[in-house]
Amino acid sequence: MSTATATYAGTTVAVNDEGFFEDPSQWTEAMAPEIAREQGIDELAEPHWQVIKFMRTEYAEKGTGPTVRVLGKTSGVSIKQLYQLFPKGPAKTAAKIAGIPKPRGCI
Amino acid sequence: MSDPIEKVSIIVSKGSLEGVYPALIMANGARAEGIEANLFFTFFGLDVVHRSTIDHIKVATVGNPGLHLATMAGGLPGVSSVMTHYLEKKMEKLDIPPIHEFVEMIADTGAGIYACKASTDLFELTEDDLIEQVMDIITVGEFYSLAAGGEIIFT
Repeated sequence: MSTATATYAGTTVAVNDEGFFEDPSQWTEAMAPEIAREQGIDELAEPHWQVIKFMRTEYAEKGTGPTVRVLGKTSGVSIKQLYQLFPKGPAKTAAKIAGIPKPRGCI
Repeated sequence: MSDPIEKVSIIVSKGSLEGVYPALIMANGARAEGIEANLFFTFFGLDVVHRSTIDHIKVATVGNPGLHLATMAGGLPGVSSVMTHYLEKKMEKLDIPPIHEFVEMIADTGAGIYACKASTDLFELTEDDLIEQVMDIITVGEFYSLAAGGEIIFT
């Protein structure tokens, strides 16, 4: 995959051709609202943050973002609510906003 | 780049485990990508949305060359159950949900779940026989209206 750059919160970061961070350590919380707006989410509410932080923690522990099933079971946000928060796909969109790679699962 | 797929309508006509999972994975995967999805259960696929059969979907061990099992062995009592149990254990390890949970999960993603009218008539089923996630029993014409503008996948 080719590498591009994007600028969030005044900092230039490396992203892949789908817009996912190449290096999750470049991510800061201040960047999240700008990435979210690009994904059509105008404002990050508390439950959005709950999911984003959960994604970061899971990634730090396991090296990959959680699936929607895992999110629904362990993040404290139900699957129904996850799809309301991230209508374009919770695992994918939340991973992008959280600055971690796209989860590569089929479930 | 080609235009992205925005909607899929998936027809489930089989009632075997290997006939059902691909459709469920495709519907769930579509929603995960932000693609609108509908599932339409027809003929033996109705077993997946029938209250009394949804927890008893089994692998077809007869007439299934992919199993590489002698046809006569596949027909012995219990072989289908053992094979189903074996696959279910493997899937559990891979975080693939059991069928019942999977259907509930897909409904929660906002996908539409429908039963086919011709098939429910044939098997003499009413909405009361079906799981609560089924939104409606619809005709083939209504299915085409729902599917309009998207891709149709038959499984």
